[in-house]
Amino acid sequence: MSWVAKTLSSSLGKKLLMAGTGLFLCTFLIVHLIGNLQLLKEDNGQSFNIYASFMTHNPLIKVISYGLYFFIILHSAVAIWLTILNKKARPADYAVSNTSSTWASRSMMLLGTMLLIFIGLHMVHFWARYHFDNGLSLVSYGTEPMKNLYEIVDAMYDRGNEGWIGFYVISQLVLGFHLSHGFASAFQTFGLNHRKYTPIIKGAGLTFSIVIALGFAIIPILMYLN
Amino acid sequence: MSEGTMSLTLKVWRQKNSTSKGEFKTYPVSGISSDMSFLEMFDVLNEELITKGEESIAFDHDCREGICGMCSMYINGRPHGPKNAITTCQLHMRSFKDGDTITVEPWRASAFPIVKDLAVNRSAFDRIIASGGYVSVNTGNAKDANDILIPKEDADEAFSAAACIGCGACVAACKNASAMLFVSAKVSQLALLPQGKVESQKRVENMVAQMDVEGFGACTNTGACSAECPKGISLEHIARLNREYFSAKLTSNNV
Repeated sequence: MSWVAKTLSSSLGKKLLMAGTGLFLCTFLIVHLIGNLQLLKEDNGQSFNIYASFMTHNPLIKVISYGLYFFIILHSAVAIWLTILNKKARPADYAVSNTSSTWASRSMMLLGTMLLIFIGLHMVHFWARYHFDNGLSLVSYGTEPMKNLYEIVDAMYDRGNEGWIGFYVISQLVLGFHLSHGFASAFQTFGLNHRKYTPIIKGAGLTFSIVIALGFAIIPILMYLN
Repeated sequence: MSEGTMSLTLKVWRQKNSTSKGEFKTYPVSGISSDMSFLEMFDVLNEELITKGEESIAFDHDCREGICGMCSMYINGRPHGPKNAITTCQLHMRSFKDGDTITVEPWRASAFPIVKDLAVNRSAFDRIIASGGYVSVNTGNAKDANDILIPKEDADEAFSAAACIGCGACVAACKNASAMLFVSAKVSQLALLPQGKVESQKRVENMVAQMDVEGFGACTNTGACSAECPKGISLEHIARLNREYFSAKLTSNNV
């Protein structure tokens, strides 16, 4: 094995991969949330559709999106690898356990698995239909006709779909808990722990997790109510 | 609290040897002074067991003054019991109430195989130290102690890391049985001082490699280790370990 592979497959290296991919996914969440907030604009989906069309056709964003898929898979794969090794290191559980650590920090794999299921369904609901469903209606805003993604989203968050809306909102809660530990934890893994900055990073992580979770959760709720 | 005797129910893990299957056995104990240490309470129980012709409970202990790190007991779900920053010998029975049921288990980690009952084999830590947790010193005349100037803050930080007694509570408390806090303390105490900087790259590379070979888990940054450490070793040392390791891996000549 080369020194690079040896470093990245060590216990610390695997954590570095988790932290690096995790923080990249955090930046994606910011972009995704800003884009999605356009769903709340009262223009019958015009700005959202233009944005969706731009995101699927811009070559640079296409390249980044392949990176994104790769990082989601890498983040999940290394997590599974780590979980198996960690379980092997502690094969027998204690009869009584009274730990002081937070629930989120101990449940990253559970929360992550729930998020992966969410991402899968989310892509089936929107991404796959947008890319492969030829029956979608087209709209034109003085431009080339484009697929009307807004229509699918609007129908998804309509009366009668309360189950899915609940699923989406709960998934954002799961995301919030995952981020509440993951964000600050990534910096610690990078070795960035400093008396001055760690409290700021922890505060930023908590704020980030609340803003992201609330921001995403509010969209289906408001679309349902409107 | 005033003196008084207590009656307790102990649920203790009994296991004949490293390969046999263990189980909990329940023992009632009475006439326990609230001023006894937890280990002295075990001494009383063991005396009773020996008198009755039963096998006594094996547990590790040495100094009984909080610095040897031998007393690896997981008491009511926490390493070294319900108090913070102490070892089991420093835990007194006044921390419990008369009539309490107390569950006592050994450290549980595949890198710390159970020898018998509550005693585990922590020689994995020794092998990690042997892989790099030292400084090489040439023989010859002893140097003047103060001929290398060290900033007070660095000396203090190195000392706080050096307070680690290698008890393994961090491994016991961690859901992944990770030895990160131990290794980080041992790497930090030397990396912070000029004498340790000379071998710092090889040290951190070798100690992390040995830690992985021993089968300890990885760090999830839950902080359970530091919270249970009898010497209050901080998570800052784990961040330093990460920095030391990644920068060594990037720049050292060890391919």
